[in-house]
Amino acid sequence: MSMPQAQPQLDSNEARLIRRVCDGETEAFEELVRPYERLVYVTAITVLRNQADAEEVAQEAILKAFSNLSSFRAESKFSTWLVQITYNEARMRLRKDRRDLYESLDNQQSDVDGDYWPRDFADWRAIPSELLEQNEARQALENAINSLSQMYREVVMLRDIQDVNIKDASTILGVSEGTVKTRLHRARLLLRDALAPGIDGRWCTSQSYQKVRPW
Amino acid sequence: MATIEISCVEVWREVSNYLGGEISGELRERMQAHFEVCKHCTAVLDGMRNVVGLVGDGKLFQTPEGFNKRLYKKIVARR
Repeated sequence: MSMPQAQPQLDSNEARLIRRVCDGETEAFEELVRPYERLVYVTAITVLRNQADAEEVAQEAILKAFSNLSSFRAESKFSTWLVQITYNEARMRLRKDRRDLYESLDNQQSDVDGDYWPRDFADWRAIPSELLEQNEARQALENAINSLSQMYREVVMLRDIQDVNIKDASTILGVSEGTVKTRLHRARLLLRDALAPGIDGRWCTSQSYQKVRPW
Repeated sequence: MATIEISCVEVWREVSNYLGGEISGELRERMQAHFEVCKHCTAVLDGMRNVVGLVGDGKLFQTPEGFNKRLYKKIVARR
């Protein structure tokens, strides 16, 4: 393998690991991708919403990165390149396996114009992050994310779950930075509305909470 | 200089950018002044901040057990 030339976005440790892999020390690839396993998996599951498919696609994407490492130009961060490969693989899988479903989803992909009005103005009762130690609470939040349409899931996945910056998210998704911001904004408001009754929905039955609700 | 008022609709439009620190200092000041007097918009801000914090907590969408092992088995086979 020949080593990629320009490396403005690479951190020095990653550059060293990539050089080692390209020089034939293929064991170094495991060290290179280990920090990004979850990143790749989350990318895949966000598109596919199915654990088994997501694992398979995540593996395929990482293997593809391994085979094509010499073509990585280092014009973006290694993680961005990896996410981009995964994202493309996941979308291809969706097309291949569920053409009808994909097409119907695709029809909903146009951005919605106009302002989104929050549905709920009651004082917010904070959901403590400790609650996510419980499987049910995690599942409820994952379900809320999965209930978003694909274009909103993608931005939440990149920006809020994986902390990818707006510029890199725009590169990965192939849309403008403004579009990323607009979708992110809408997605966060939708999630907020979805979680307003609490992660288990029980806040709805609270007398004190009902009192401050506008309906 | 007096802060120019901002409407609730404008606040909702920018609340995500406000959280991400992606607005001008002038707009931030106007929004802060608005949050001080508008409990509805404060509820929107609090909720969004809470949701963003939960989503980014790192506990969601964990890789399935054995993911790592299965992956490296495939990588080794590919070498």
